[in-house]
Amino acid sequence: MRESFVRALTALAESDPRIFLITGDLGFGVLTEFAERHPKQFLNAGVAEQNMTGVATGLALHGRIVFTYSIANFPTLRCLEQIRNDACYHDANVKIIAIGGGFSYGTLGVSHHATEDLAILRALPQITVVAPGDLWEAAEAAKAIAYAPGTAYLRLDKTAAPDTRRPNESFQLGRARRLREGQDLTLIATGGILGVALAAADELGVRGVACRVLSMHTVKPLDADAVLGAARETGGILTIEEHTIHGGLGGAIAETCMEAGIVPGVFARVGLRADFSSTVGSQAYLRARYGLDASSIAARALALVGRAN
Amino acid sequence: MTTPLRLVSPTPSHHADMPAHIPELARRVRRHALHMTNRGGSSHIGSVLSMADIVAVLYGGILRLDAADPQWPDRDRFILSKGHAGAGIYAALAECGYLDVRQLDTHCQDGSLLSGHISHKAIPGVELSTGSLGHGLSVGAGMALGAKLDACEHRVFVLLSDGECDEGSTWEAVLFAAHHRLDRLVAIVDYNKIQSLDTVENTLALEPFAAKWKSFGWSVREVDGHDHVALWHALSDIPASANLPTCVLAHTTKGMGVSFMENSVLWHYRTARAEEFDAALRELDSR
Repeated sequence: MRESFVRALTALAESDPRIFLITGDLGFGVLTEFAERHPKQFLNAGVAEQNMTGVATGLALHGRIVFTYSIANFPTLRCLEQIRNDACYHDANVKIIAIGGGFSYGTLGVSHHATEDLAILRALPQITVVAPGDLWEAAEAAKAIAYAPGTAYLRLDKTAAPDTRRPNESFQLGRARRLREGQDLTLIATGGILGVALAAADELGVRGVACRVLSMHTVKPLDADAVLGAARETGGILTIEEHTIHGGLGGAIAETCMEAGIVPGVFARVGLRADFSSTVGSQAYLRARYGLDASSIAARALALVGRAN
Repeated sequence: MTTPLRLVSPTPSHHADMPAHIPELARRVRRHALHMTNRGGSSHIGSVLSMADIVAVLYGGILRLDAADPQWPDRDRFILSKGHAGAGIYAALAECGYLDVRQLDTHCQDGSLLSGHISHKAIPGVELSTGSLGHGLSVGAGMALGAKLDACEHRVFVLLSDGECDEGSTWEAVLFAAHHRLDRLVAIVDYNKIQSLDTVENTLALEPFAAKWKSFGWSVREVDGHDHVALWHALSDIPASANLPTCVLAHTTKGMGVSFMENSVLWHYRTARAEEFDAALRELDSR
């Protein structure tokens, strides 16, 4: 996903001199082409994320569209107050890129598990929060946040769903994409785990449960119409995120339904319920361990619609 | 009510000598801040009195600004990183014609836009909202980097407290500015040697302070932060050294101008009321 993002940003920088990329000393090999092609639009701020975010705000207030780049929790939690006070409060064009969403860096340990970022960033005022599900969404999201006024957070995953783009489709921030049709249940996923959600939907189809699948790439602002449509028109909602269940996608969707008074027939959240994962492993391993793999999700869905075996 | 001084000018200042109105501006900043913190029941009068002379010199002629066009692209940028002393900047902006002086009466009142820690929302002339320490120098460095990349003439002045030099983020910015040779960036430290609960020396000692900035690659000027002429000269020719960011270490007295507030930890938070307020006002008026 990061390659798709960097390719899109490199092309964008070609046509728009305002685009500026700051890395927090990460992106070995990945950012080389951008740095070589656009040396005046690139800077390595060193291992200093608070300063990186402050500098990005200053440059943005000077007129640049600034992307900050790092991995896991470093460009977000480490410098959360700079994001809040400096970038968001000043409506600065600072676009925060975290690669390694969820368990992308599963083997590296708790420090590198980005599993609360969506909830925390979503709570900030004046920010757009995006977690694309496939490579096309990642590239489109990069372009979209560049020109959405103000601060944005883009969470990129090591994994991505197989290409989901339909002919002539255009990407819109805040507008969910309906990728499968079905009336028994709606699976709503955000981020690279979208691929797992689609696989689960396929498995459920074989078992006779027809699922609508939504890619909710934008967690904030949330596409309330798509959520309420799913609640009204299908048997219920199962939310899927590689993230804590506290305050993330599932929470946002529940809030939206409850407040609108449109309660889904059934509702459950697939996400992380345990504490820190001191156990390490590949992303696939950790997904399976915490019930985020396709068969676990399918089993959860079957139970939810009362079809458990 | 006295008429605002309306001092700022977009014309580059080439005065060899300090403008004569600076002492009066300093007196008014102190007086306004005393009234504002009294009415609003707010803190940090000691911090405002500490920096008042620095602020008066900046707004009295160093900063190239245009009150009629607060977003003028070539204006100098000023960031109050020690945002808790916001009352002093609101006062200076009012005297320079950015705000109605009467608006100062709303400071920290219910429904006011003039927050205790400085905010830019709907307040023309404020570049950056601060209040959490250790943010201003990074943002100023970003602004100075932008100016350098685009070969702009304007400068970026950031006023810091000594206490906020406890923050690691301040030193991240210090490293960054020197590395990128941000010679249009000026960090002014209001070095009054007292922080929130105790002296700097007893909290987290900063000495040898000037040597620290120098060793990080800055050009350092040490100056009496209450001597208008000395401040004027220290801030007039920027950069102090070619290709280096400039640090002006301004030795100050917290609470300067009100004898019973001077060098007292108490007046970081205390609000002057009743007899204390009257006595402080008498002292400021007699200056």
